[in-house]
Amino acid sequence: MSKKEWPLWEIFIRGQHGLNHRHVGSLHAPDAEMAINNARDVYTRRKEGVSIWVVPSSAITASSPSEKGPLFDPAEDKVYRHPTFYDIPDEVGHM
Amino acid sequence: MYAQMIKSESSNDDPQALAEFQARIDRGERIEPKEWMPEGYRKTLIRQIGQHAHSEIVGQLPEGNWITRAPTLERKQILLAKVQDEAGHGLYLYSACETLGVTRDELFEKLHSGAMKYSSIFNYPTLTWADMGAIGWLVDGAAIMNQVPLQRTSYGPYARAMVRICKEESFHQRQGYSIMMKMAQGTPAQKEMAQDALNRFWYPSLMMFGPSDAESVHSTQNMAWKIKINTNDELRQRFVNETVPQAEYLGLTVPDEHLRWNDDKQGYDFSEPDWDEFFEVLKGNGPCNEERLGARRKAWDDGQWFREGLSAYADKQATRRTAAE
Ligand SMILES: [Fe+2]
Ligand SMILES: [Fe+2]
Repeated sequence: MSKKEWPLWEIFIRGQHGLNHRHVGSLHAPDAEMAINNARDVYTRRKEGVSIWVVPSSAITASSPSEKGPLFDPAEDKVYRHPTFYDIPDEVGHM
Repeated sequence: MYAQMIKSESSNDDPQALAEFQARIDRGERIEPKEWMPEGYRKTLIRQIGQHAHSEIVGQLPEGNWITRAPTLERKQILLAKVQDEAGHGLYLYSACETLGVTRDELFEKLHSGAMKYSSIFNYPTLTWADMGAIGWLVDGAAIMNQVPLQRTSYGPYARAMVRICKEESFHQRQGYSIMMKMAQGTPAQKEMAQDALNRFWYPSLMMFGPSDAESVHSTQNMAWKIKINTNDELRQRFVNETVPQAEYLGLTVPDEHLRWNDDKQGYDFSEPDWDEFFEVLKGNGPCNEERLGARRKAWDDGQWFREGLSAYADKQATRRTAAE
């Protein structure tokens, strides 16, 4: 009998109404429905969530660590994107 | 506002389901994409979020007009970053809108055909550099008035898009006000340009909130659904109260001879904008309607070969991957 490994699933939980789903971890399951059942048991035993998303790990494409510089460093010298860059006198109120 | 005069669609849904839905909203719960919602709620939201998204995108045009002519390299970088943010805002909102079952291409098509609107404010021209100051200060300022309460709107994806957007808006308003400060403290000619920009943008900014809707049935339904949080008049009053002292600080005059502080209401009395002009602009007869829509259509048509090229490349890569497997 051939032995088939179950695929890996990434699990996202919405903690409360209105919030984004957040990645909480991963688990193995034979299909999406079982992945949700398992995620409920593994990640929401203390009512940590109101909604679960499962995504096959193989469907995720990640940026590679070596690209960190080219991807994120250019934002470093653009301080003018932050409100604090501008001197606005307190008298004119919050802006 | 960025979404003006949103007509609310009626629903022919089961009264029991409608009552349960309303109870969820009244409890402050958020409605999420796959959950049941009345057809009217869904359609009204598509109109509102779509119009909001279109406004972010079309709103890049009047400011884009000055990127190549910014007075310093620093101002050019700042304006570029600001316009780039607006593109991002459009994308957050289109994505939120798509969760309601409409596609991106459908939304673009409706913008380009004129079936969907964008905010009236972007149909006014940007004649001088001071207009970049007036827009950041007044137009982004008015947008903030409306967007801050919308962070609590009942539709989850819309509310979360608003949270992201509000985080970025403060920079927009402050960079605008800092341009106004520079101009107002500059030479007499520069100060005059600042005054002229305020004169031209004051009433169109007041129009952004839309005509009084205290008696409107659409407004009442939209407020019950919490996709509208304040009446147009409330937001306009708040905007005037905050903006007048800022104009005074600049040494500029708000172009309204009836503007007076009213101690009883703890707010300013002010003149209404010309609502006939507003309706003309909405109908397509503003100073720049044709130019704006023309620019959007041209960008879409000119980009066709490029979008096709990217799709062809992606298909080729996919074929290569399957061949390698
Ligand atoms: Fe924006
Ligand atoms: Fe903005």
